[in-house]
Amino acid sequence: MAELSYREAVARGIAQEMEHDDRVFLIGEDVAGAGGVFKATVGLLDQFGPRRVVDTPISEQAILGAAMGAAMTGLRPIAEIMFSDFFAVCWDIVVNEIAKARYMTDGQVDVPLVIRSANGGGARFGAQHSQSVENWAMAVPGLKVVAPSTPADVIGLLAASVRDPDPVLFFEHKTLYSTKADVPDGEIVDTLGTAKIVREGADVTIVALAMMVPRALEAAERLAEDGIDAEVIDLRSLIPLDTATVLSSVEKTSRLFTVEENPRVLGWGAEVASIVADEAFWHLDAPIVRITTPHVPLPSSAALEDQTIPSVDRIVAEIEKGLV
Amino acid sequence: MTQPYGKHDAILPPPPDEALDGAPIPVETRLRMYELQQEIRQVETELHRLFLMGLVQGTSHLYTGMEATASAFGALLRPDDYSFATYRGHGHTLARGASMEAVFGEMLGRSTGLLGGKGGSMHLTSVEHGMLGSYAIIGAHLCIANGAAWSAKYRGTDQVAVAFFGDGTTNIGAFHEALNFAAVYDLPTIFVCENNLYMEYTPIGQITAVEHPAADRASAYGLEPIVVDGNDADAVYLTAKAAIDKARSGGGPTLIESLTYRHGGHSRADPGTYRPSEEIEAWKDRDPIPLYHQRLLRLGIEESTLTGIETDVARRVTDAAEDAKAAPRPDESVIFTNVYADGGAQWRS
Repeated sequence: MAELSYREAVARGIAQEMEHDDRVFLIGEDVAGAGGVFKATVGLLDQFGPRRVVDTPISEQAILGAAMGAAMTGLRPIAEIMFSDFFAVCWDIVVNEIAKARYMTDGQVDVPLVIRSANGGGARFGAQHSQSVENWAMAVPGLKVVAPSTPADVIGLLAASVRDPDPVLFFEHKTLYSTKADVPDGEIVDTLGTAKIVREGADVTIVALAMMVPRALEAAERLAEDGIDAEVIDLRSLIPLDTATVLSSVEKTSRLFTVEENPRVLGWGAEVASIVADEAFWHLDAPIVRITTPHVPLPSSAALEDQTIPSVDRIVAEIEKGLV
Repeated sequence: MTQPYGKHDAILPPPPDEALDGAPIPVETRLRMYELQQEIRQVETELHRLFLMGLVQGTSHLYTGMEATASAFGALLRPDDYSFATYRGHGHTLARGASMEAVFGEMLGRSTGLLGGKGGSMHLTSVEHGMLGSYAIIGAHLCIANGAAWSAKYRGTDQVAVAFFGDGTTNIGAFHEALNFAAVYDLPTIFVCENNLYMEYTPIGQITAVEHPAADRASAYGLEPIVVDGNDADAVYLTAKAAIDKARSGGGPTLIESLTYRHGGHSRADPGTYRPSEEIEAWKDRDPIPLYHQRLLRLGIEESTLTGIETDVARRVTDAAEDAKAAPRPDESVIFTNVYADGGAQWRS
């Protein structure tokens, strides 16, 4: 057991998988010599050399095309898109090619690759470097979508993603990179599509993802002071979506709150709410409440951004209001 | 320079180069290229007939008139090499050895189709033949071909990846990203621009800053400008062989502009009337298949040998089309297969 930051966990997870499988290589802008703009890939070039850790030009289509072609022909690429906002300049390759190749060819083509990307706000970077785009990815059949909230989950879910035979979009939260937690020694390989109950509770179910998980946990501690016993679920992956864990929690608590960083309209919580409304309606004692970033681009100033992305204060207030 | 829609001057083909009769190409290779050109031409002629009968679903983009390029590469590539094509990919797929019946089946939306009826005309793929796909949104597959080339280099093999595309592709960003990328990493990618003079309905010259949409961009990526007569299989063969040999020996990528012409319109919805009739006639006179027939006769091949190839192909085309017409339509259950690698479409756990 050792304390590790979320960013160190990224490098450890990649190193673990590169040691495990020679077919794994890493490409992206500034990932090699510079160790990544978020320093999440520091040390990998020294450890694995330039054959397997490769700096690329600013050519997101070329990066993801290379990853796809390599995956189709026997390799296990990890590609980095520096900021998840930049998916917009290579979304054709993600959505029209990577996601659909298996289906359109009726199973002739395998595309086992991982695209890592720094996602989310809180860094005052403004509307083009702060988006939470996990709901874009979730909307595309053929992709898997993962977003860890802790260093241990970064390693375990990254390993599971690299070893998965399907294409995985792996969203690292840029505001979590500096957070630290204890991580077990040795190889860690987790399972995609498994949510984690990170706090047990009896009164309400809070479902969260990525940076919203620590905020939901802090909100739960505050709610406990008011006698509200919240259960917090870290979804960890959106596709596959562990609805069994959510549904059984709602059966117990009868109340559901989602905490989402993505903008409100068609955020991932809309799908979760829809499923719970369909399949656990008679267990609910109150309307489902979605706590989200509003349907606006993200502003830059701290004074504004902090009022836009769901805060601990807002989560507490919305849940207390929802319980009245 | 810019002229009104449908009013531009005719662009005429270059004269045939009879000196290519003496090119150092084995006669059996030449006969194979003739057979491939016949296969592609006859399959597409039958496809067009089936389309007029209302049997072909969706759209189709015929390669008629352009067969020399895919056939030359088809004769040269090894089974373990990789091809990538566009929506105009029937010829490139057949040239790698995919079955005619499976191609017809896909066009007719049958379960026996190459893609089980799930892809259609624009996505023909036959991985077992090294045909890694037809990509219907221009640009991406040049980048994806680089990935296959990257993989070959990473694994230490001498496989090559060939990306076929049209002149229109040279004006999208992915073309430029892919060429720079291939050059930077010395990838064994061969980029083949089949310049048929029209970006869909618009003359490529009207909307491109240079005369040769591919070759004139080559120097920006440290590559040689190469323009080849795309209506002569031997000309394409010699250029392709040099590019493949270079790529196999670690010499990096090549960009080839193969100058050609499609006899029909852009897609099945397009009669192609925006082209000057003088131009169409001149290019039909430079049809690559009769040209090649004449060359083979000059080289001493018996007329009966060539007729034998033609009739054998015709018989196989007829049989394949009949088999496809008789094949069952896909079962509805396949809607939910092969979304994910477990074979299904399950997204909940």
